[in-house]
Amino acid sequence: MKLTETLTDLANPTRFLALTARILPWLAGVTAVLLAIGIYQSAMAPDDYQQGATVKIMFIHVPNAWLSMFVWGVMSVAALGTLVWRHPLADVAAKAAAPIGAAFTFLALVTGSLWGRPMWGTYWEWDARLTSVLILFLMYLGLMALWRAVEDPSRAARAAAVLTLVGAINIPIIKFSVDWWNTLHQPASVLRMGGSTLDKAFLWPLLVMAIAFSLLFITLHLAAMRNEILRRRVRSLQMMQANRIAFSSDVGTGSREESASKSIGAA
Amino acid sequence: MSALAALIRRDIRIALRVGGGALIGVLFFLTVTVLMPFAVGPDLALLSRLGPAILWLGALLASLLTLDRLFTADHEDGSLDLIVMSRTPLELACAAKALAHWIAAGLPLIIATPVLGLLLNLDGTATLAVAATLLAGTPALTFTGMIGAALAVTLHRGGLLLAVLVLPLSIPVLIFGVAASQAAISGSLPFGTPFSILCALSLASLVIGPFAAAASLRHGLD
Repeated sequence: MKLTETLTDLANPTRFLALTARILPWLAGVTAVLLAIGIYQSAMAPDDYQQGATVKIMFIHVPNAWLSMFVWGVMSVAALGTLVWRHPLADVAAKAAAPIGAAFTFLALVTGSLWGRPMWGTYWEWDARLTSVLILFLMYLGLMALWRAVEDPSRAARAAAVLTLVGAINIPIIKFSVDWWNTLHQPASVLRMGGSTLDKAFLWPLLVMAIAFSLLFITLHLAAMRNEILRRRVRSLQMMQANRIAFSSDVGTGSREESASKSIGAA
Repeated sequence: MSALAALIRRDIRIALRVGGGALIGVLFFLTVTVLMPFAVGPDLALLSRLGPAILWLGALLASLLTLDRLFTADHEDGSLDLIVMSRTPLELACAAKALAHWIAAGLPLIIATPVLGLLLNLDGTATLAVAATLLAGTPALTFTGMIGAALAVTLHRGGLLLAVLVLPLSIPVLIFGVAASQAAISGSLPFGTPFSILCALSLASLVIGPFAAAASLRHGLD
């Protein structure tokens, strides 16, 4: 109940802007501290008996890979918010998340490639996990293209929401691809039945890095949402001005704030 | 029901007549298949190994090419608005349109497969396997592609974007289609498993496609 109240409370973009303005510096600070701790721990972690120092790529690679899926999950929830509840900030959240998710996916692919070269002897292999993450990356790019293809943000939001939900089918395929098609990429070793197979020396830095990266995403996401809201306000103000010039009559008597937040909300 | 039947009949009739574009897909399929030997060389042994993959790719691209027409023609002459506003549920109307599209543009691809198989040096078993997998898999291509077509109909430059959006969704169909064909040809792996998954993908898209397409049409055609 409390959560829904908070969510409806945040539906007001002005209130959202005020709240995030207060939260963001703290979030960014905590993220920076955690990242520093995580990177230090990763650097101090022992070499692996088989992989040597290259095992440390894991501390960057795995959080990126987790987040590449997590961000699509966030966008799917936002898509439901757009289609089902018509939450005014849901489409802002979805639009802001797409480029960030694409970046995480790209980094997961690149770091995996760099790790694969010394371990598997190849930068790229058409194995199930790699291929499905590559498809995820393509879907992020397609989604961003769809966002940019429609003029009106709220209409773009609904089209993108449908595509996001259809694309969400890919996430479980990625998660279980290593179990279904047993190829090069190793199966899950951290979150699995019967506890983690990772040694404590590797598990702690990995967990710290995972939390740090998640906070990094939240920080970037909130900042991107703020930009998106402001961008839409600028757009609606420009349109109002264009209307004023075109018809040179009074368009709206409401304050800027009101008309701008109206245009952000229900279309 | 009669409204849906009328819609299916109308769509098939339009597709088969001049400018309908149903048979353009077959022509494109033929052209792509003919291009392949130029690209990989006229080695018959190699072509028969690549045959199922080439045919599947050709069929995939051909069905993608014709998908663009699924809603755009109706959108241009205003009949799509009538379909959206009519008392028939939009999901059913979308399903009917996709079914008509599959009959008019998908079935000819399957009928053309044996002829194209000859060009690629496929024997009877292989040709039959590819045709069977296409018969089981192309409905999935049409019904997932319909989602992209519905998204793209409201955009001004939908055609290119449609390809970008739909192709990633069609990858599972391609994987299991080619896997089943190869299993039937080599005989080392069971044919039933990938074929069943292919049928399952088609059935799932039969359910998901109309709902997603109807949702994006409702929201897109303000």
